[in-house]
Amino acid sequence: MLTDTALSAIWLTLRLATVTTLLLFLIGTPIAWWLARTRCWLKAPVGAMVALPLVLPPTVIGFYLLVVMGPQGSIGQLTQALGLGVLPFTFWGLVVGSVLYSMPFVVQPLQNAFDAIGERPLEVAATLRAGPLDTFFTVVLPLARPGFITAGILGFAHTVGEFGVVLMIGGNIPDKTRVVSVQIYDHVEALEYAQAHWLSAGMLAFSFVVLLLLYVFNPNGRQR
Amino acid sequence: MHFFRYVFFLFGFLGAGAGAASAEDVQVAVAANFTAPMQAIAAAFEQDTGHKARLAFGSSGKFYAQIRNGAPFQVLLSADDETPARLEREGMAVPGTRFTYAIGRLALWSAQAGAVDARGEVLKQGGYKHVAIANPKLAPYGAAAVEVMQRLGVIEAVRPKLVQGENIAQTHQFVASGNAELGFVALSQVTRDGKLTGGSAWIVPGDLHTPIRQDAVILAAGKGNAAASALMAYLKGEKAKAVIRTYGYDI
Repeated sequence: MLTDTALSAIWLTLRLATVTTLLLFLIGTPIAWWLARTRCWLKAPVGAMVALPLVLPPTVIGFYLLVVMGPQGSIGQLTQALGLGVLPFTFWGLVVGSVLYSMPFVVQPLQNAFDAIGERPLEVAATLRAGPLDTFFTVVLPLARPGFITAGILGFAHTVGEFGVVLMIGGNIPDKTRVVSVQIYDHVEALEYAQAHWLSAGMLAFSFVVLLLLYVFNPNGRQR
Repeated sequence: MHFFRYVFFLFGFLGAGAGAASAEDVQVAVAANFTAPMQAIAAAFEQDTGHKARLAFGSSGKFYAQIRNGAPFQVLLSADDETPARLEREGMAVPGTRFTYAIGRLALWSAQAGAVDARGEVLKQGGYKHVAIANPKLAPYGAAAVEVMQRLGVIEAVRPKLVQGENIAQTHQFVASGNAELGFVALSQVTRDGKLTGGSAWIVPGDLHTPIRQDAVILAAGKGNAAASALMAYLKGEKAKAVIRTYGYDI
């Protein structure tokens, strides 16, 4: 059955996924909005940057994060100067990695949702003297709700399913960086197949339920 | 339809490299810590015998699972002596072919020159944030590192600072990138010809931990394969042993 170490890994994973998803909403919404509205030539490069984690092996992301966030890396120097120490082997290091890694899964559904709204509702709102912020919160947000649901579910689920990046920058510390996927890997490597089965079956069930929710909320699959 | 013929050819072309090994090929699963010496040995083996050794590198636990589930490896060079013995007990390896090809040595290593003194006192003095070890549950080098720290009586002080690599290669990476100031790595990773390749290290005396015996065995899939037995004989020869020693292993 589930041991204490398994439970602490599950709790850590859920915490990581929740923090990551909240941060991704904060960071991803403006990026998605800008990508959906801009005609600037930077749109293509920025869109490509955001989509990079879709095609890059997680080991590449993890390896570069380890180097860049390390004591000799540029981000590592910055965090040290700010008195934060270096980020690898910490919960917040995993958060940074997860935010980058799950970014496209939040930004792209949001961008599609914003695209789908079109200019018309915004122009109508403007003629009714709504300011840009007012328009965003009273017109755009309600209209883009399915996009936000999709983005939230995908961002959360993708972070739960993350493995390569965590493996590269985590250091496998109980309660801090040992998430479920790493724990499963450990069990398999240690030939503890029974424990591996419990956790793996749990992940399988979780992933199915999450995707089921997604298809129930967006049955026509337009918002992807 | 011409289209299907093209697709057919394409698959034939792409699949050509993945065909079954010929009689003179041997598929070898090699423990990650033995990567560098094995590449050198495989090159010499090919030149001296005409047989070809195809090498795959990874952890013993993963290889065990793959071999149990039908992986086509014919020889296993494990990082421990437990995995080959277990495979033999379970009928997945050829009985009587097991032998120790190398005995691993441990080093407390830092990427910075002068950070580790020649007697490893730094471990007791503190002043570091992270000590990297290989996962002691999975890797013999990790278990040996824990044993050393227990013998030195520092394990409780160091425990909150431990970070674990999944294998000795990742442990080395944690230290090499400076994210961990110190780490217990395989001596073979940081020396060539008896000299340190960088940073500073304490070569842990072999009597501070149980010897890290790395055993090789011919697997069931390699039974009767001439190249497999030739490779085993080659590993026992003086030429291979000399190479193994230059990489910091005892044998």
